[in-house]
Amino acid sequence: MSGPAKHPPDWDPLPWYTGAMPSEIVQVRGHIIDSLILPKVLDEIMDLNGTFEILDVAIGKRKTDTSMARLRVQAESARRLEQILKRIARLGAAPLHLHDVRLARAPKEGVFPAAFYSTTNLPTEIRFRGRWRKVRRIEMDCGIVVQPDTGQARCAPLAGVRKGQWVVCGAEGVKVTPLERTRQPEVFQFMGSAVSSEKPKLQLIQRLAAEMRAIRRAGQKILVVAGPAVVHTGSGPHLERLIRGGFVQILFAGNGLATHDIESALYGTSLGVRLDRGVAVKDGHDHHMRAINTIRALGGIRRAVRRGVLKRGIMHACVARGVPFVLSGSIRDDGPLPDVITDTLKAQEAMRRHVEGTGLSLMLASTLHAIATGNLLPATVKTVCVDINPAVVTKLADRGTFQGIGIVSDTESFLRELTRALHL
Amino acid sequence: MCRPTYYTIAYEINPWMSLKRQVDGARARLQWERLYSLLTRRLGVRVRCLPPQRGVPDLVFTANAGLVHGRTIIRSNFRHPEREREEPVIERYFKRSGFRVVHLNPRYHFEGEGDALWVDETLVFGFRFRSEAPIHEELARLLGREVLPVELSDRRFYHLDTCFCPLDADTALWFPQAFDRYGRRVLERLVPHLVDVSEADAARFACNAIPIGRAVVMQAGASAALRRRMSHRRFEAHAVDLSEFLKAGGSAKCLVLRLSGHP
Repeated sequence: MSGPAKHPPDWDPLPWYTGAMPSEIVQVRGHIIDSLILPKVLDEIMDLNGTFEILDVAIGKRKTDTSMARLRVQAESARRLEQILKRIARLGAAPLHLHDVRLARAPKEGVFPAAFYSTTNLPTEIRFRGRWRKVRRIEMDCGIVVQPDTGQARCAPLAGVRKGQWVVCGAEGVKVTPLERTRQPEVFQFMGSAVSSEKPKLQLIQRLAAEMRAIRRAGQKILVVAGPAVVHTGSGPHLERLIRGGFVQILFAGNGLATHDIESALYGTSLGVRLDRGVAVKDGHDHHMRAINTIRALGGIRRAVRRGVLKRGIMHACVARGVPFVLSGSIRDDGPLPDVITDTLKAQEAMRRHVEGTGLSLMLASTLHAIATGNLLPATVKTVCVDINPAVVTKLADRGTFQGIGIVSDTESFLRELTRALHL
Repeated sequence: MCRPTYYTIAYEINPWMSLKRQVDGARARLQWERLYSLLTRRLGVRVRCLPPQRGVPDLVFTANAGLVHGRTIIRSNFRHPEREREEPVIERYFKRSGFRVVHLNPRYHFEGEGDALWVDETLVFGFRFRSEAPIHEELARLLGREVLPVELSDRRFYHLDTCFCPLDADTALWFPQAFDRYGRRVLERLVPHLVDVSEADAARFACNAIPIGRAVVMQAGASAALRRRMSHRRFEAHAVDLSEFLKAGGSAKCLVLRLSGHP
């Protein structure tokens, strides 16, 4: 079962970016100001319950000069949009994209043609043989590869393009639909800024919990990206409960999270600090290296669980519940654990395989992996970024994952409240 | 102008036309000759005649041939295939007469002076039933003038020249209900003195008139009120009976195309 999450009628959603409404960019030119053609076009769009955004207006300087306006017209359904377009076509407002996309062959393995179209993470369609086709697996900073026989279009990362594949070039015939925040005035008011430490977190967490339940009911996946601070702060058991409760369908992390989780499972410490008492243990600094060594000796995390060596913790919960995890390596990793994918491109590919069908992504105390995941996610995936440092959320947004809602909080108190709200 | 030698109702392409209400050919020719002599003899207008042709009955309505500007004619792209057949005839005639013939984007329809009338230096352009809005931009570019598109809203007044008639730079006859509120606002802003025409007068094609100086040649039967309003603005109505042409949805203005005298 899969589909949009269904909510009770009195649902008060978080200010997510909601699914894109069908839209079209139209252009109207001529003496459109004095003839009231432009106001008439706008009125007719509104009369049919459509909305518009004026993208560009160039008004003639002299009386004899013509003017030009470009608008994005949106409607709640494709049929309604069609109706609006038909009505305003009479006034001379015509869709801008009347031509197909331009395609060129990739000249080499892993090389796009020079004029390639670089994607955003927004819902994207291309016009091919006169028809609009959705670009599958949309992801920012990629190219669009088109199968000329079927017309199928999908996002392809630079490294993934094969020599001779047809790649979209230029912006002609490419339609990107921006997303809108849910229209809830109170929510807007209290979520006026994307990141703030001045927000009533408990209420936010309650609503997030309700959203997570709705996502699960709709058969969509919840993705958790976690940094090692989850373990350092002692919130490992909360995340474990979340996994066991069925609220995590995929886990993305690095060597650090898994290492410290296993260290805490084997030695009760994280970076040598006892998690129950918060004091450093003598010679505890090498616990994490011993943990890595143990797992390496056994051949991997799954084997360690099967052999009964790893009996608790986040990684254990994943294996026990059959929740897939992708551990991606980085340059400063110790070990690493045998499960860590050290080839960056392979790690990206593994992550890509898992993000499909994700409805919500929860990023906990992680900068590197949160940004890496944000890069792969379509903007339609609801994203919550929890970090004690507001700069992390800002950074995520600056890297293009603008859809994220930031919660500035210590991970431990956040997860504690979240598991409580989910009655775990 | 074009003599109504082959004029008849051969099809129905507007609400006025009915194959059941046929034209009295002899009467039509007589009415046309009276209009011709009124224009040439009494009002001193120089008229050139386009030779009539069998099979294109609406060729008499020369206003729809195109829009003349200097020695150039912007040729019409007729909406109905029945009238498309006039295009080559018009083209040949104007080329032979030494005019430059300009074609518009064939994707859009344009029915010449029927939908394009000058108010001083501005061209008012009617669209919806016959001509199409996007063509106004091309007209503006070709003419280098302001072209104001206004949408027509009453099927009976399918051409601009059936509901709007500029008499001079700041006076015009109009039937306001033939326009929507946007069009009405545009014309009210453009023309300082708009003379309202009643529905009864409009249905008798009072707006389909030919202004020549202070004289206005229009269909006979205009109400006394309209004539009074016109004379108040120092215009004199010259009545001419064109009832046979009303059967095809046309009157005085439809039967002439201006070859000179525009900005």
